[in-house]
Amino acid sequence: MIKLIVDDKEIKTEAGNSLLQACLENGIFIPNLCFIKTRQHPHASCRLCFVEIDGLDRPVTACTEKVREGLVVKTDTPTVRRLQRTAFKLLMSGHPCEAKVCPVKGSCQLIRIAKHLKVGLNPKPLEYIDREVEEEVDLTFFTYYPYRCVLCGKCVYVCREKNGHNLLTFAQRGFDTVIGFFGSAEPVDLPCHGCLACATICPTGALIPKPELIKEAKMNP
Amino acid sequence: MALYNDGVGMAPSDLDHEEWEMIQDIKVLLPGFEKHRGNLIPILQSIQEKHSYLASTAMEMVATHLSITPSEVFGVATFYNQFRFHPPGKHQIKVCLGTACHVAGGDIILENFERKLGIKDGETTPDREYSVERVACVGCCALAPVAVVDENVQGHMQPSKVEGLFVQFQIEREREEREKAEREASE
Repeated sequence: MIKLIVDDKEIKTEAGNSLLQACLENGIFIPNLCFIKTRQHPHASCRLCFVEIDGLDRPVTACTEKVREGLVVKTDTPTVRRLQRTAFKLLMSGHPCEAKVCPVKGSCQLIRIAKHLKVGLNPKPLEYIDREVEEEVDLTFFTYYPYRCVLCGKCVYVCREKNGHNLLTFAQRGFDTVIGFFGSAEPVDLPCHGCLACATICPTGALIPKPELIKEAKMNP
Repeated sequence: MALYNDGVGMAPSDLDHEEWEMIQDIKVLLPGFEKHRGNLIPILQSIQEKHSYLASTAMEMVATHLSITPSEVFGVATFYNQFRFHPPGKHQIKVCLGTACHVAGGDIILENFERKLGIKDGETTPDREYSVERVACVGCCALAPVAVVDENVQGHMQPSKVEGLFVQFQIEREREEREKAEREASE
């Protein structure tokens, strides 16, 4: 076991854990969207899990930092908060939040992060960018809402882990990036069997399962 | 069982002739590449070099060869600007959106072409007459905004010039048709 100090509190964790995982397991919330504990090489793409470590001159992402004995970490310094708020506002500038009609409002990770950072769910003072994406895409067992997707990549990762190959992938680039199944196969011929690992892990409600189809598939495997 | 269409057992009449040719070609080409995912881009490049675009059947055959999903091939191919998914049109229109052209309103010119033809950049009209694409700097920024239409550089583009180009194409087409009719009549 390794001991470290986070926000003046001593916590213990197994060697080899990432700093982010150690904090989350000890009840210290650090905003994050793309982190998956089993992933060997963290994406570090959401840029939300910044912390300051004593002895380092600039903030680092907690998901890429391995725990070391005697680390002294601060998760809520003004520098960290500024970075996190900016990253969060950038995300929200491409994610129109309609909390009233959103199917995941109760468990939305974005709402949790906004509360933690004490900011609103709008992109202010940044502008809102209207991405040229489809309203919804039918992916057989679930529906994909590109405008809600923050492209954290968790679904792409769990899909590969669960099925051994990439059924879900990213396509296009920049603001046009979407995820999905591609190819000319009819939806029923797709090798997706509706394990829903992707929809379960989605932090923003971009992948919503179709309950009626899943029930049917379970009855006639 | 093949989940995806690999073009086997399909008569040429079922497919577009061009696509059929592409498939025959890929059948010859694929065995020359080792079944390694690192070969994906080189394979796609050599297909496009010969056929100037990638049909979705082609990408599915490549996926089968490399034992990866068509989804993955599509994901990689769409990431890179160098790959196109529609055959080029008879008249190729390239609109510059480099810095100087962007500042001078190149996006408006692109939109003009797109609206006029009813297609998006990277696409081809159903009659294969026109294709529109965006490029980044053709090297004559002093003429911004610039469009390159069939190798001819058109400087200081304006919406009215876009209209003018199509009138010219129309006249050309009518003349060709007239000459063809006259030739047939004299024979």
